[in-house]
Amino acid sequence: MRIKILVATFVICFFASNALALSEAYKENIFQVGKLKPVDSVLKVKVGGKAPDFTLKAVSGKKVSLKDYTGKKNVVLSFVPAAWTPVCSDQWPGYNIVQEMFEANDAVLLGITVDNIPTLYSWTNQMGKLWFEVLSDFWPHGAVASRYGILRSDGTAERAIIIIDKKRIIQYIDVHDINERPDLESIMRQLEKLR
Amino acid sequence: MKKKVTSMMTIGMMLMGVSMTVWAASHMPPQVGATLPAMNLQKPADSGELKYLGLSGSGMFSPDQVKGQVLIIQIFSMYCPYCQKDAPNVNRLFGLIENNPRFKDKIKIIGIGAGNSPFEVNTFKKKYKVAFPLIPDGDFKIHQIVGEVRTPYFMAVKLNGSKKPEVVYSRLGAHEDVEAFLAEVVKLGDVR
Repeated sequence: MRIKILVATFVICFFASNALALSEAYKENIFQVGKLKPVDSVLKVKVGGKAPDFTLKAVSGKKVSLKDYTGKKNVVLSFVPAAWTPVCSDQWPGYNIVQEMFEANDAVLLGITVDNIPTLYSWTNQMGKLWFEVLSDFWPHGAVASRYGILRSDGTAERAIIIIDKKRIIQYIDVHDINERPDLESIMRQLEKLR
Repeated sequence: MKKKVTSMMTIGMMLMGVSMTVWAASHMPPQVGATLPAMNLQKPADSGELKYLGLSGSGMFSPDQVKGQVLIIQIFSMYCPYCQKDAPNVNRLFGLIENNPRFKDKIKIIGIGAGNSPFEVNTFKKKYKVAFPLIPDGDFKIHQIVGEVRTPYFMAVKLNGSKKPEVVYSRLGAHEDVEAFLAEVVKLGDVR
């Protein structure tokens, strides 16, 4: 037993390092989740298929439906697993300085997690004022993530980027390794294809 | 038999202790007075930035190759809200150096984008009109070398010619008073 504990300590010390460059903005408030199973769900949607509609409450107080954008804007859905965790906290703040890039591609960004509104409010306040809507898929818990097939077995969502065109057809799906941040350039290159 | 197991466990504990010390040292930011850890950075593609650093050609460079007396290294990320907020301050710091003949050519600044690809670093550069070189670190290699610090993190390194570069300043967090920061760097780096 003692040997097992020693081995576990050794492994944790050597391999459980901080893989992301966390911003000082969050101080010591980020919960370290460790290395997770890269993907833990089975997709229920596909490229070329119609994106399932949904209506979710936003941190801004609005109710946002996917169909509101049909015929008007391309939509980028950015699902992230959970508030106050390392990779998620270092993802949307980057999108917050590239509003022009989304607009140049006639696109809106919708951030979605399974957290409730008060949690999302506190968390996103640390990121500065976000230009995009942040939606809560809290109740029924993870219903939208589940409909898309990206709800993990622990009740969090995958780290996924889904690009939907103005006809509400899915044009791109990246269910990313949950431990890593998707590359911004790849997202922009995909959006440019919709021009 | 029991004695043998105990001895093996003791040796194992000692080895682990040494290993953990080494691990801890490698996961700490560079300390003041220490030599800056070796690192290979991507040379800027822009000829003006290459000239600013006193470099030529393409490929990689190490901080001790930079021409000057002191090199300020900012570890940042385009995904870091504080780095975004601090960008105008760092730009002002760069201006204070470049517009003062006492410091121009003697104090240089580079930013290293922890986990940022060239595209992401350039996005930050354009957004905040950063005039000094920003180096991508897409695979976090440099970030690991400097102890996986939170961002923004600032180091000032005294460039000693043929001697190894010495860390004279190492601190987490943004600088609202860039004049005071510059004065400290000048003093600690003995800029003449």
